[in-house]
Amino acid sequence: MVGLLAAETAEGAEHAAAAANWFVQNAWLIPLLPFVSGALILFFGARTPGKGPVYGILAVFASFVLSLGVLWSFVQGGGEYERSIEWFTIGPLHLEAGILVDGLTAVMVVVVTFVSLMVHIYSLGYMRGDVRYTWFYVVLSLFTGAMLLVVVSNNVIQLLVGWEIMGVCSYLLIGHWYEERENSNAAIKAFITTRIGDVPMMFGFFALIAATGFTTTNIGETTEAIAAGGVSTLFVTAAALLLFGGTIGKSAQFPLHVWLPDAMAGPTPVSALIHAATMVAAGVYLVGRLFEVFVVAGEDVLFVVSVIAAITMLGAAILAIAQDDIKRVLAYSTLSQLAYMVAGLSLGEEGFTAGFFHLFTHAFFKALLFLGAGAVIHAVHSNDMSDMGGLRKKMPITFWTMLIGSLALAGIVPFAGFWSKDELLVVANDTGTTWLFWMFLVTAFVTAYYTARMVLLTFFGDFRGHGEPHEAPASMTGPLVLLAAATIGVGFLGAPQLGAVFGDWVYFGHPHEAHFVSWIAAISTLGAVLGIAGGWALYRERRDPDPMQQALGPIWTVLIHRYYIDDLYMAAIVRPIRDRVSAGVNWVNQNVIDGIVNGAASLTRGLSHVVAWIDRNVIDGAANAAGGVTGTTGGLLKYLQSGNVQWYAVVLFVGVIALTIVFTRVA
Amino acid sequence: MNDITAQEYAFIVTAVVGSISAVAVVTARNVVHAALYLVVTLACVGITFVLLGAEFLGWVQILIYVGAIVILFLFGLMLTKAPIGRDTLDNQQKWLGALVGLGVFAGLVFLIQDAFPLGDAVAEAGFQTSTEMVGNEIFTRYVLPFEAVSFLLLAALIGAIVLSRKDEGN
Amino acid sequence: MIRLPLVLIFSSLLFSAGVYGVLARRNAIMVLMAIELMLNAVNVNLIGFAAQLKDVGGQVFALFVIAVAAAEVGIGLAIVILLFRNRESINVDEVSLLKW
Repeated sequence: MVGLLAAETAEGAEHAAAAANWFVQNAWLIPLLPFVSGALILFFGARTPGKGPVYGILAVFASFVLSLGVLWSFVQGGGEYERSIEWFTIGPLHLEAGILVDGLTAVMVVVVTFVSLMVHIYSLGYMRGDVRYTWFYVVLSLFTGAMLLVVVSNNVIQLLVGWEIMGVCSYLLIGHWYEERENSNAAIKAFITTRIGDVPMMFGFFALIAATGFTTTNIGETTEAIAAGGVSTLFVTAAALLLFGGTIGKSAQFPLHVWLPDAMAGPTPVSALIHAATMVAAGVYLVGRLFEVFVVAGEDVLFVVSVIAAITMLGAAILAIAQDDIKRVLAYSTLSQLAYMVAGLSLGEEGFTAGFFHLFTHAFFKALLFLGAGAVIHAVHSNDMSDMGGLRKKMPITFWTMLIGSLALAGIVPFAGFWSKDELLVVANDTGTTWLFWMFLVTAFVTAYYTARMVLLTFFGDFRGHGEPHEAPASMTGPLVLLAAATIGVGFLGAPQLGAVFGDWVYFGHPHEAHFVSWIAAISTLGAVLGIAGGWALYRERRDPDPMQQALGPIWTVLIHRYYIDDLYMAAIVRPIRDRVSAGVNWVNQNVIDGIVNGAASLTRGLSHVVAWIDRNVIDGAANAAGGVTGTTGGLLKYLQSGNVQWYAVVLFVGVIALTIVFTRVA
Repeated sequence: MNDITAQEYAFIVTAVVGSISAVAVVTARNVVHAALYLVVTLACVGITFVLLGAEFLGWVQILIYVGAIVILFLFGLMLTKAPIGRDTLDNQQKWLGALVGLGVFAGLVFLIQDAFPLGDAVAEAGFQTSTEMVGNEIFTRYVLPFEAVSFLLLAALIGAIVLSRKDEGN
Repeated sequence: MIRLPLVLIFSSLLFSAGVYGVLARRNAIMVLMAIELMLNAVNVNLIGFAAQLKDVGGQVFALFVIAVAAAEVGIGLAIVILLFRNRESINVDEVSLLKW
């Protein structure tokens, strides 16, 4: 980003198809503004009246406006735009910083900025008086910037940067109230689980870069290289599966779904923004952005993807019917809906538009549901639906908006969810993937059921909690209303009767022509209604214990324990690593590595002893010997000076004789 | 001429006696005996001088050496309580000294042999001199050394007196 | 008439005896005596060569040697007596102050 700021020079490359307006060309501002506001809040927030949110709200609002401008370009028929500047080069590898703006990008930035804006405003009321109010907004801004960075990036390294920042922000926000051990544990769980997905994803990126012969990280160029067929099928398959690993982690698909329910330990606005609308959607976005790879990898990879999605879809939906915590219901619902999106993409080119359309609509109504749940929690001071009931009269705005969201989730016409789910069903039918079609349908039934259960337990019947719940303040209800309006409106963007313009913006290969199939619409509506009816029947009057519990018996226990998957992971993975492997590594560190270090030190000490010995005995010995020799010699020579004159005379005469010999013999 | 002349014969006898008594001087146990042996040696030397034609010098030799210097020695022995018949008169390096003395003798003999081989007819015609001749030389050619020697004698005289004076008081 | 080498050998005998006496005798006066021997040896040498070379200068020189010897003995004895006064002994090897 800094690089982009620093140089609007001709150093970069620019590709534009058709008219790309000013908003598109400067789309790099969209992630930049939240980063800037994050820094501002960090440094100046505490001193600003209101403690800082104002920077974040202004920045996100500005980004939202810019995003609308970008979308406008595509509304007008504009095409893809890419622009980058060279960052640096390592050998043959070029690293760049750049933006790639196509219809998908436009839609994503609008969604992210809008939901983020709603969450920013909502948090004014929800997080009032919080112990770390300013810091909350710092991380919120940072997160928004990171997600936007992921979405506008044109190369995998930049995407990775944004991806990782999102991971960190998620960790920080889930563990926002880290005074409770439970919350920090949940944060760590989230981070590590997504990490396990991120590692294969990184290798997937490396595979992409390798396919170009390690010359570029650009998304367009790498996917082209894969499509050109220069690499083996095995390579492409491996790359696709590795990349999908990132999706499994970030978008919480089976088997890495375990972190999302626990992530509800974070504040509700966080759940709304990150774990409903945006971050979890990033995994889906990844598949979409690199869809070329999946298409080239072929049917088998897409089949694996759809299997995983199917398992998650239905499994999570079933778990949702057994939850007492309202946020948990929504969390499992998110898991299930994400699986819808992934499954849609797994249907290939045709499913691309449908999957993303569902992502688009889901963001709005899920955010709405979470924020609404937050208002309810705020009022009754408890997450459990056992403490709720009859709030319809006491919190009317919340009730009506949540009702709209719930209907959208259940897929009732004319709300957004209906159109997107319907589209998925149509595509499943068109591609002949009948088993997925039935999965969609069955899950829709279950979805409607648990949604009805949730609404009924919360808003109908008698109030079972303590205290006097009252309606939420305007800062919280305002976003609810706006989101409800969006939920009602955006569905029509994909409605075939109205031209399904969404398909003109977001597509793969060629613009998607959505068509309306009446019998499918009928069946889906029927399924939804049946689900709602079932819920109505069982939960109109609150009964203790839960009627399903009696009906399912031991299966209920399995559901309560989330299929024992968490326990399995704990026993099979976490405990062995934490206790055995860590202990082992610690032993190696203490004994082997420190042993080597200590050994080196001992060796050096030993050597120093030797050197000292040499120094004392050899060197000093030589010096002392020099002195000693001199002393000894002197001791011997002293006898020459006996003081005895006759001795001197002897020496004299001997000298005379010697000289005589010398002068007569030698000379 | 290879015959031994009468003078040479007399000289040989004198030389032998003189040598023996010279050795006796330096090896006598008794210092007084040593002094007396010294007398004999000096007398023999005087006789040698006469045999070699230096009659004045022979006379001076007897007069000065035997008459004065030996008396001085005897006085010295008396005044210093010369040890008579007590512990040995030779010091520790007796043998070394004997060695050196022999070495000197050998060296000198060698040189003499080298320069004046005995076999050759290197004889000396008796050069008879008189006192007059000696006196002439002293007071003409060697007058300066003569004066110098007289100074030396004066200095010795004064010195001897000064040295042997007892300190008067402290 | 007298062969020169004989005179010279006699002279060297006297000289060597004198050398032995100087080196080996303990009593200072004995040492002085030995010195006299050496001086006499020199005189014999001088007279011998004077006879050989028919030069009176040798005799004159020998005369001077005698004079010097006399002076030397006088001073020498004075010193010996002084030494005896201070040390009660005139053994030369006991007078070794100039030593290490």
